[in-house]
Amino acid sequence: MANLSIKKLTKAYGATEVLHGISLDVHDGEFVVFVGPSGCGKSTTLRLIAGLEEVTSGIIEIGDREVNNLEPKDRDIAMVFQNYAIYPHMTVRKNIGFGLRSSNLPKADKEKRIDEVAELLGMTDLLERKPAQLSGGQRQRVAIGRAMVRDPAVFLFDEPLSNLDAQLRTQMRLEIKKLHQRVGSTIVFVTHDQVEAMTMADRIVIMKDGYIQQVGTPSEVYHKPANTFVAQFIGAPAMNMVPGVINASNAIELGSGSVVPMGRNLAEGTKVLLGARPEDLVAGDGPTIIEGNVNLQEPLGHETLIYVSTKAGEIIAKADGRTPPGVGAKVSLTSAPENLHVFDATTGDSLT
Amino acid sequence: MAVAEEIRASSDTLLSVKSPRKPANMGQFIRWALLFIGGILMVMPIAFMISTSLKWPHEIYNLRLIPEEPTIENYTFVLEDGRFYWWFVNSIIIATITTICNVLFDSLVGYTLCKFKFPGRYIIFIAILSTLMIPTEMLVIPWYLMSQQFGWLDSYWGIMFPGLMTAFGTFLMKQFFETVPDDFIEAARIDGLNELQIWWTVAMPLVKPALAALAIFVFLGNWTAFIWPLIVTNSTDMYTLPVGLSSFGDEADVAWELIMTGAAISTIPTLVVFLVFQRFIIRGVVMAGLKG
Repeated sequence: MANLSIKKLTKAYGATEVLHGISLDVHDGEFVVFVGPSGCGKSTTLRLIAGLEEVTSGIIEIGDREVNNLEPKDRDIAMVFQNYAIYPHMTVRKNIGFGLRSSNLPKADKEKRIDEVAELLGMTDLLERKPAQLSGGQRQRVAIGRAMVRDPAVFLFDEPLSNLDAQLRTQMRLEIKKLHQRVGSTIVFVTHDQVEAMTMADRIVIMKDGYIQQVGTPSEVYHKPANTFVAQFIGAPAMNMVPGVINASNAIELGSGSVVPMGRNLAEGTKVLLGARPEDLVAGDGPTIIEGNVNLQEPLGHETLIYVSTKAGEIIAKADGRTPPGVGAKVSLTSAPENLHVFDATTGDSLT
Repeated sequence: MAVAEEIRASSDTLLSVKSPRKPANMGQFIRWALLFIGGILMVMPIAFMISTSLKWPHEIYNLRLIPEEPTIENYTFVLEDGRFYWWFVNSIIIATITTICNVLFDSLVGYTLCKFKFPGRYIIFIAILSTLMIPTEMLVIPWYLMSQQFGWLDSYWGIMFPGLMTAFGTFLMKQFFETVPDDFIEAARIDGLNELQIWWTVAMPLVKPALAALAIFVFLGNWTAFIWPLIVTNSTDMYTLPVGLSSFGDEADVAWELIMTGAAISTIPTLVVFLVFQRFIIRGVVMAGLKG
């Protein structure tokens, strides 16, 4: 195990810079998840850490040792790939043991290590099988086993659950998290799935266009998003944004005519965006934030999402699962003030 | 309810329809007939080769497929002729070494062109491919002059050197290595293997069908090669089988029965190679075709 440090890391392909000087410290034993839309630079960052791409500028340190100029094999890392990258012509035993090929351990110790890892992953009975005889989840476990067998300082996971079906993904998510709790390794995990990020991470790194947007615990990025991108990327459905202007009494005047008090002093006339998560926005009594007509229902069982057509566009809100307002019904949406977020309409930065 | 009834009615109608018996298909008949004719055309030369090898010299210009007086005298003569064994051994050595070299060199170059990004990669690939357009007949003279200058005439090396690596093989292997995911290579790199180990341990086992197909193509190509071995060899001891067989007879007459006997015997190794690797060759050809 070791800490990982990235300092002002940039990566350019020709004249195109795709990572713009990102910095991050991953603590020893921490589970950090990089999340963001396609092309945000999360996989590139992982490949730079792994040594599969050359760094344009900046420093990568693993266990306080600069690894910029080291070969992947010398960085003391192991990587689990999206497509598993387990070799179809080798048995599970050989696949898991593949990472030990270049190790100086005696053969008996290597076998013992393979058996230990197989037991940890519940794969002892599958050791003599070929990958073609395994299910998707089992293959993924073999890939994890191959990474674990080397006992690396840092584990790197590149969207390892993307190829699994929804049920298996949930199961593997849990298994990886349990595994982390058991072995306590430093893990850097890349995904585009914000649910994976929220459920697995000690800290989440949200990226966009080669920049880190926010680093924080799942709770922090959810409850205190740094900007509109984070606010809308984390959480499903995405946070509603209603445009407004700060008035003379330091309240937000929304386009709908409603006025929402502002907890912080801002210059009169400042254009803002009022953010409210669908689950925090309910149809009912209380100070109305916005009103409109229901034009679609999405029943989820315990609750129903209602799509409300308002002057500020379509707003998604939560309603009771049993007796939601019907399509066409006029509703007034309200929210507890502490659940509302205010963002600068120009920069997108949080003002709360 | 009305919708349910409608669905039930239409499903009943569908279920009650029996699949009609397939009518005799004229197109299929023509296809079979063409295949039959093609098969006959393919088999006839082999049948005549075997037939001629079982005839006496006075009967060979008689086009009857079944010999009037079948004999194995030709086989006895050829097998008792010491030169035949030399030629057979020469052909085996040359075809085997060339095949091994092609499998190694073509796949190394194909792998490099496929999996490494370096300036000029595309130009090199095109340059290699362009050599496919030069006919062997044009290359024979430079090869000969080269062999003469290096002292390779009438030697194994002289016979083998032009075919130790082929553009076709390089192209075939490159196309196959495209099917090996980069993740496999990168995973092995992280696991501490060097590039040569990755090529041998990870990439090569994944392209076995292509290697088998290439091996068969090269082996057969060298086993039946005639022009270049004929030009580069002088002594009968260095002849390969096709060259040696053509030398049966004298200036006045060609001993066709002996040539056919030798050809029939020399077919055996190629048949064995094909039968052993046929599933690979079919897969290899299909995949190469699809990728190409």
